[in-house]
Amino acid sequence: MLASFVGFYSLIFGLGISLLIIFFSIKNFKKSNILDSKILTFSFLQMFLVFVSFFGLILSFINSDFSNETVFNNSHTTKPLFYKISGTWGNHEGSLLLWLLVLTLFIFIFLVNSKNQLIKYRILTVIFQQIIIIGFFIFLLKTSNPFSYLFPIPEEGLGLNPILQDPALAIHPPILYLGYVGSSIIFSSVLAATTLNYINSNWAKHIKGWVLISWIFLTLGILLGSIWAYYELGWGGFWFWDPVENVSLMPWLALTTLFHCILVLEKRSLFKSWIIILSIATFTLSMCGTFLVRSGILNSVHTFANDPGRGLFILSFLFVLIFISIFIFFVFHKSDNKNFSPIFFLSKETSIVINNWFMMYFLSVVLIGTVYPIFLDVLSSQKISVGPPFYHKLIIPFLIPFLIFMAIGPRLKWIKSELKNKLSLFVLLIISVLASIFIVKNFETNYLLNSILVGSAFYLFFITVRDFFSKKTKKLSQNMAHFGFSLLILSILFNNIFSNEIITNLKVGESYKVDNLEIVFDDLTKENKKNYVSYTGVFSIKDENFENILKPELRIYNQPNIITSEADIKVTLFKDNFITINNVQNEDYFNVRYLIKPFMLWIWISVLLITFGGLISLFNKKYE
Amino acid sequence: MNNKIFPIIVISFFIFIFFIFFKGLNNSNTYKPSDNENKIIPKFSAYTFFDNKLVYSDNIFNQKKFYLLNIWSSWCLPCREEHPLIMNLKENSKIEIIGLNYKDKDKNAKKFINDLGNPYSKILLDEDGTKAIEWGAYGVPETFLIFENKIIKKYIGPLNSELILEIESFVK
Repeated sequence: MLASFVGFYSLIFGLGISLLIIFFSIKNFKKSNILDSKILTFSFLQMFLVFVSFFGLILSFINSDFSNETVFNNSHTTKPLFYKISGTWGNHEGSLLLWLLVLTLFIFIFLVNSKNQLIKYRILTVIFQQIIIIGFFIFLLKTSNPFSYLFPIPEEGLGLNPILQDPALAIHPPILYLGYVGSSIIFSSVLAATTLNYINSNWAKHIKGWVLISWIFLTLGILLGSIWAYYELGWGGFWFWDPVENVSLMPWLALTTLFHCILVLEKRSLFKSWIIILSIATFTLSMCGTFLVRSGILNSVHTFANDPGRGLFILSFLFVLIFISIFIFFVFHKSDNKNFSPIFFLSKETSIVINNWFMMYFLSVVLIGTVYPIFLDVLSSQKISVGPPFYHKLIIPFLIPFLIFMAIGPRLKWIKSELKNKLSLFVLLIISVLASIFIVKNFETNYLLNSILVGSAFYLFFITVRDFFSKKTKKLSQNMAHFGFSLLILSILFNNIFSNEIITNLKVGESYKVDNLEIVFDDLTKENKKNYVSYTGVFSIKDENFENILKPELRIYNQPNIITSEADIKVTLFKDNFITINNVQNEDYFNVRYLIKPFMLWIWISVLLITFGGLISLFNKKYE
Repeated sequence: MNNKIFPIIVISFFIFIFFIFFKGLNNSNTYKPSDNENKIIPKFSAYTFFDNKLVYSDNIFNQKKFYLLNIWSSWCLPCREEHPLIMNLKENSKIEIIGLNYKDKDKNAKKFINDLGNPYSKILLDEDGTKAIEWGAYGVPETFLIFENKIIKKYIGPLNSELILEIESFVK
C-alpha cells in the first residue's frame, strides 16, 4: 500500500525533474564555459527517485500486496520469494519501470564519465536523453501505471506464468535491457555529436566504451534467453526465429557493425555517415522491438500485453525520435568531401566496408522476415508467418564468403596493405576444406553446401587459432571474438548435422530399442510442491559404452493452471542428452522425446568467448 | 537538386512505414477462435458410450433445463482432477451432465468411469476429435454450460470448486 503510494509519487516527481534538467541544460548551453552542477545533481536525484519507485514495486511484490494491480496480475502468495522478486520485471509495467531505471542510471554514469569531452556536447546529449526519458515517463504513467490501485483488495493473485519461473529468465530481461538502453546513450550522443559536428576520433574513443557495454549486455541477454528456450520450452532448439528473438538480433547486428566502424573512425576520418545511421538504427531497432512486442501487433511467445493504446503511444514516440534523427542527419551532417581520403582496395577499411554490407544484408533479411507479415496483413489481409526455412535459405549461403572475409580481413593493415604469408593462408584453406569434406562425407544431408560451409568456418577457426600463438596479446580481443564466432558457427552446424531424435510412447516398465540404444522407463513419482504437482519419470538410457539415468519432469501448476514439461538434460563436453515427457495417449502412457544434441555446450561457450572478446577490448584501452 | 530529393524519399518511406504499423495495430493479430458464448450449440450426431446407439443432438438438449457438456478423456490428467467435482455436481437435480469422450480408447475410458464413478447421464463418443472442434474446444478438459440450445458459459481447462459454485449460481 504505502510502497505503491511512494512509488507512484516518485515517478511523478521524476517526470518533473526531467523538465527541470532540460530547463537548466538549455540555460547552460547558451553560456557553456563549465557544466552546471545542477544538471548532475538533478540527474542523480531523478535516478534515485526512479530507483525508489522500482524498489517500491519490488516491496509490493515481496509483501504480495494485491491492492496493486500489477502484483495481483502477476504474483501469488505460494510463489517462492525469488520469483516474487523476479516477477517485478516479468510483466509489462514492471519491465518498463526497469527500462526507465536503466535510462536514468546510464545518463548519470554518462555525465560522470565524460568529463574530458566538449561541454556543449555533454549538455546536448543530456537533452536528447531527457526527451527519451520523458517519453518513457509519460508512457508509464499514462498507459501502463505499475501502481494502479485495486479495490476491493483481492485475496489472492493470478500468479506468474510458470514458464517464466526460471532462474535464467529471471535475469534475462535486466541484462537485455542494459544492452537495449545502453544504445539509447549512443543514440543521444550521436545526435548531439552530429549537431555539433563533433564526430571525430576523440568522440569515437569515448563512445566506444558505451558501444562495447551495450554490445556485451545485449549478447549476454540473447544468450540467456536462448539457453532458457533450450531447456524450458522442451523443444530441443535454441533459436526459433521467433519475432521477439529477431528484434533482439537486429540491434545486435547493427551494434556489431557500428563497433567495427567506430574502430575505423578512431584511426581515420571515415565512415561518419555509416556511424550516424547505425547509431540511430541500433536504438530505433531496440525501440521497434519494444513496439512489436508490447503492442501485440505480432504473434509471439513473448507477447504479454495486447493493448493497441500502448502500441499507438510507442509507435508515435518511436517515429517522433526517427523524424528528429532524420532532421538532424540531413540538416547538420555535412559529408566532408573536401578532405576525402580514398580507400585502397586491399586494406582494413575495405574489409570493414565488406563486413558492413554483409551485416546490413543479414539485418535486412531478419527485418523483412519479421515485419513482412504485418505489411502483407495490412495491404492484402493475408495472414502468413515466416519460419526458419526463409532465414536459413537467405542467410546460410552468404555466411560462406562472410566467414572467409572475416578470416582474411583482420590480417590486413590500415590504409594500404599487402597480403603477407599468402602461402600459409592458402594452405590453411586447403586443410579446412579437406577436414570438412572428411567430416561431412559420412552424412548424406546436403553434402556440397555443408562441406563448403563447414570448410569456411574451419578456415576462420584455424586462422584465429594460429594467431593466438603467433601474435600473442596484441589483438587478443578481436581474435578472441572472431575465434568464438567460428566456434559458434561450427557448433551450430555440427549440432544440426549430427542431431538425433527418438520419439516414442512408453509406460512404466516398458523399454524402447533402436540400433544399440535402449530407453527404459523405470519409474514415475508424484510429488506435491509449493505451487505445483510434479510427476517425475526415471529413465535409463543404455548404450554399449554408457548408461545414463535421466529424470524429466511434468509440472502441473496451480496458479495459473498450466502444465509445463521440464526437460532433463545430461550435459557432457561433446553432446547433450535431452529428454522430455508429455502425458498423452493413455493414462499410463507418456510421450517420450529423446534427443542427442552434439556440441550444445560449445554453442554457449562460443558466445561467451565472443562476449569475452568484447570485455577484453573494453578493459584494454589501447587498440592496435 | 539531389540533396533535396533524398531526404524527401527517406521521410516518405518512414511515413509509409508508420502508416502500415498504425493500420496493423488496429488489426488484432491474436488468432483466437471466435468467442462462442451465447451462441447456438452445433448440431451433431454421435454414438453413445455404453450401448453404441446413434443419437442426435436435437434429442439431447431439447428440454428447458440446464445442461453441462464436459469433454473428457482417460489420458488427460486434469480430467482426473476435476472428475470428483463433477461427481458432486451430479447431486444437483437441476442440471443434466453430458460427457463427450474425446479421442479415447474404449477400454481405458471404461476403466476411468469404473474407478472414479459416472456423473454423466449420457456419454457420447468423439473418437476422432471432430465433435470437440465443432464445439470450438481447444483441448481437454473443457466444459460448456448450455440453456435453451445456447452456450451460456465455456470453461477451458479443469473445473475447480469456485467454478462449480459459479455453475451452481447460474442454475439456481
